[in-house]
Order: sequence, then structure tokens, then C-alpha cells
Amino acid sequence: MSERKVSFEVGGPLAPPRKNGELVFAAPWESRTFGMTVALHQQGVFEWDEFRDCLIAEIARWEREHGSGCPEAEWSYYARWQAALETLLARKGVCGTTELEVRENDLAARPPGHDHIRR
Amino acid sequence: MSEYDHGPSDRHALRAEALESLLREKGLVQPEMIDAVVRQYEQDIGPMNGAQVVARAWTDPAYKQRLLHDGTEAIAELGFGGPQGEHIVVVENTSAVHNVVVCTLCSCYPWPVLGLPPSWYKSPAYRSRVVREPRAVLAEMGLALKPEVEIRVWDSSSEVRYLVLPQRPAGTEGLGEAELAACVTRDSMIGVGQPMSPSAAEHPDPDV
Repeated sequence: MSERKVSFEVGGPLAPPRKNGELVFAAPWESRTFGMTVALHQQGVFEWDEFRDCLIAEIARWEREHGSGCPEAEWSYYARWQAALETLLARKGVCGTTELEVRENDLAARPPGHDHIRR
Repeated sequence: MSEYDHGPSDRHALRAEALESLLREKGLVQPEMIDAVVRQYEQDIGPMNGAQVVARAWTDPAYKQRLLHDGTEAIAELGFGGPQGEHIVVVENTSAVHNVVVCTLCSCYPWPVLGLPPSWYKSPAYRSRVVREPRAVLAEMGLALKPEVEIRVWDSSSEVRYLVLPQRPAGTEGLGEAELAACVTRDSMIGVGQPMSPSAAEHPDPDV
């Protein structure tokens, strides 16, 4: 292991490129879904390759159904990621589709402004 | 559930919230674990790590040799590793060969050195077109290569992630590692751009 470390300014002219030029996540649900997936993998719930296989299958399915002429606007990478995670968790017996739908309906039935009441 | 902040019509947000609440109840994932993962990747330190690797390779020939021989090992020397970095292969650009990276099947990407991939990297258009017509795609992205330069496209897989070692820009002979790292862009390490000149690096475009 090398002991030589480069020290960086955080700002200023010598600061290395920090930004990807865009937000890493476009919406909170994307970052939560990403975080859940990595955390579940870290907990040993599945191997990363198992998730990757599901993601590949989900992306391929979407591209088959939508074709190559589909406008980019309809494409959502994290929607495919979310579907892949749900498929994998159902297959593993961790969380079934019905269970998820029931919870989703429960959450949808909350009165408007629930965030502020429950906080 | 303020993390979600969704309107009533946002199906994906509701679905994610439902899944998170079930996983929490099952004792599988606590919200703090998700927070920690997200924080790590949102801070966007990825490309900065890769830039340090490239700058070291530009200034230390022995390190460059080790990097091209065993990317994962040489990258670990600088303290970078972890998920999606288990097997990183570094491919070197020369005046005759230009390398560009894609993942045709999904979005494999060397997280420890580049962070999370940009949205265009994950798009169906980039993933399918860069293999078929790399020269045209690169030109559209602002990188016009001379016709005599050979383009090699590397398709990532679950086994291998690629990092491009760009050519050191001209006029950087007197610069140290930190100054050089400031010239290294994320796009240059994917192979869809070139490093910045030192003068551009001093006045970076705030949007890049």
C-alpha cells in the first residue's frame, strides 16, 4: 500500500471535478430505492449479481415492449430498477407483490397533509 | 415519511414508500441504513477518486504500469474500493487508440472511482448506439476524433468494469498531481470526452 496521499482543496481553482453535471437522483424515491437495494445487499439478502440479472431482464423487457423509437422522456431508469427489486424480493420470499400492493393502497388512502400531521 | 415528498399521483414514490415501510417492519433495513448509503453516493465523490487515479498514473510511470496490469489492486493502493469495483480494468488512450465504455445490458459502472453513472450512460440510446456507431455518438457528444484514430468500445459486465486512462493534456509538464487531477473530467474517464486544459480547469464551467 502506498503511503503517498494527495491532498485536495475542496473548493477553489485546484478542486477536482466533484460534480457529475447533473443530480445523481432526480427524485427522493429514486435515492430511497437505490439505498434500499444496496442496504439489502449489504445485509446479505441477495447477491449483487442476482439483482443485476433482474435489472437486465427488466430493462430488456421494457425495450422489447417499447421499441427503439420510443421517446427518451418515457424512459425511467429507476422505474426499471424498482421493478427489478420488487421482482427479486418476491422471488426470494422477502416481500410479496400482494403485500406490497396492500401497503401501497393503505398509504394512498391517507388524508391529504398526512406528512405534517404525523411528523 | 417526509423523505418521499410525493404528490398523490406519483405511483413510483408511493410504491417505494410502501416497500421501505415493509422492509423496516420485517427488520431487514432501517431508514438510517438507507440514509447512509444515499449520503455516500449523493456526495458525488466518485469522479474525484478516478481523477486522483489518473493523475497518479500520469506522474508515476511505475504506478501506471501497475494500474494497467491490475486496475483493482492499483486503485486500492489509493484507498478506493468497494461495491462495483471488484474487477476494474483500465484501458489506456493513445494517439492511435481511443477507448470508450458502455454497459449494453444495464448500467454496470466502476462506482468506487466514478460514483454513480450519469443518466445518458443508462439511456437505451447510448447503450445501443455507441457499439454500432461509436464515432458518430462521440461526435454528437462533442468529441470529434480524427479518422485515423481507432475506437475501441468496451462493454461492461458483471465480471469487469472499465476505466479509461485519458491522454495527459499538452502543456501540463510542470503540474503536480493535484493540479493534474483538476483537469480530469468524468467524461474523459468514460471515454466520451477529453481532459480539460489547465487553463479551463482553473475556471471550470459551473455546470460541468
